[in-house]
Amino acid sequence: MDADADAFTGTDLACLRGSRMVFVGLDFALRPGGALLLLGPNGSGKSSLLRLMAGLLRPFRGDMTWRGVSLKAEPDALRGHVHYVGHADAVKPVLTATENLRFWAAMDGNADPEAAARQALADLGVPHIADTPGRFLSAGQKRRLNLARVLAAPAPLWLLDEPTVALDKAGVKLLEGVIDAHRKAGGMVALSTHADIALPGATELHLDDFTPAADEDEDDA
Amino acid sequence: MNRFMVMVGRDLRLALRQGSDAAVAVMFFVLCVVLFPFGVGPEPNILARIAAGVIWVGALLASLLSLERLFLADYEDGSLELLSLTRLPLEAAVLAKTLAHWLVTGAPLIAAAPLLAVLLNMDSAGFGALILALAIGTPLLSLIGAIGAALTLGARRGGVLMSLLILPLYVPALIFGAGAVDAALHGLSPRPHLLLLAGMLAAALPLAPLASAAALKQSMS
Repeated sequence: MDADADAFTGTDLACLRGSRMVFVGLDFALRPGGALLLLGPNGSGKSSLLRLMAGLLRPFRGDMTWRGVSLKAEPDALRGHVHYVGHADAVKPVLTATENLRFWAAMDGNADPEAAARQALADLGVPHIADTPGRFLSAGQKRRLNLARVLAAPAPLWLLDEPTVALDKAGVKLLEGVIDAHRKAGGMVALSTHADIALPGATELHLDDFTPAADEDEDDA
Repeated sequence: MNRFMVMVGRDLRLALRQGSDAAVAVMFFVLCVVLFPFGVGPEPNILARIAAGVIWVGALLASLLSLERLFLADYEDGSLELLSLTRLPLEAAVLAKTLAHWLVTGAPLIAAAPLLAVLLNMDSAGFGALILALAIGTPLLSLIGAIGAALTLGARRGGVLMSLLILPLYVPALIFGAGAVDAALHGLSPRPHLLLLAGMLAAALPLAPLASAAALKQSMS
């Protein structure tokens, strides 16, 4: 693995959840403009790997480097450089869509969070929900609002965990366009999905290739 | 600092939109204290003697009741994970959340306390000490309670567990808080008690957010 100065890489990663090894010996490399598509059946560790990349989980073994800095030595090196979209949409029911977004934009250091929030909603095709409280949004609208969060403040690394869930076809198209623009501007994307999503030139990572041999957890049987 | 204020502002806005949480804590406090005359009888001398202790116990319980939900909503909707990825250290986010929580639930307790003191026939000589002790003591209660709220996050019946963990830690605040009022009522200076309370607050201010943030990180992985 060459140590690219501006890349995000992982070497020999292993992830332990509870008493089960989810994957072992996993390597990945993401370069500016690159995309990593995580594939595999349910439970193969797609979400775990994304949480590992975000720093929400610690790897059981192995290390990751962000722009040449080892995350084992500097766990905070990724802080503020990453947008993570998980299964939960983090939408507050009593705040309007704009207020929800404005908060995250301000936390991510955007100087004009209000304008950024409205622009991001427009970019994801939902400018009309700007003043709607979170509790009146549909699942798809909440998902778009959560995805708008990654646009409201720039960050080089996007980690998207099944971003197409609850999105309609038009929504997936918009997302593809947004990801494409992000990559053209030198951003990196890692995303997991079961749906079809066009990621030209993406590296595919099949998580089930790294599932440890079954005899390692025979005591579970 | 800017992000810290954004965080405080967002939590204040959430609390004011929902409204009920803040009101419930004060109502609980008032009802809890008002129950005592019914239980111990309307003898003014007895009530005057126990007033300080009763008000402080009421404040402890009210603070505990409302603190249980301090991190719960953010934990359940995924906001907490996202917060841990922003540039604002989790310790500072905890402090901001605790401050916002204290402003909407702790501060009204201080305002309600003199009224309850009159109700319990407490001598007016103790009012100043009571308000001062509560003004120093309730932030201390919030800070300690935040540790419990973080530790029991995600646990089944977390509220009960939190009471068991945190109430013993509230004992020093109770002793010196009630002691300050008693001293003032007996014509002594409440100063040593208040200084001890302030000392505890000064220690909790940096230490409690550290402990809470460590517990939150644990519950998120």
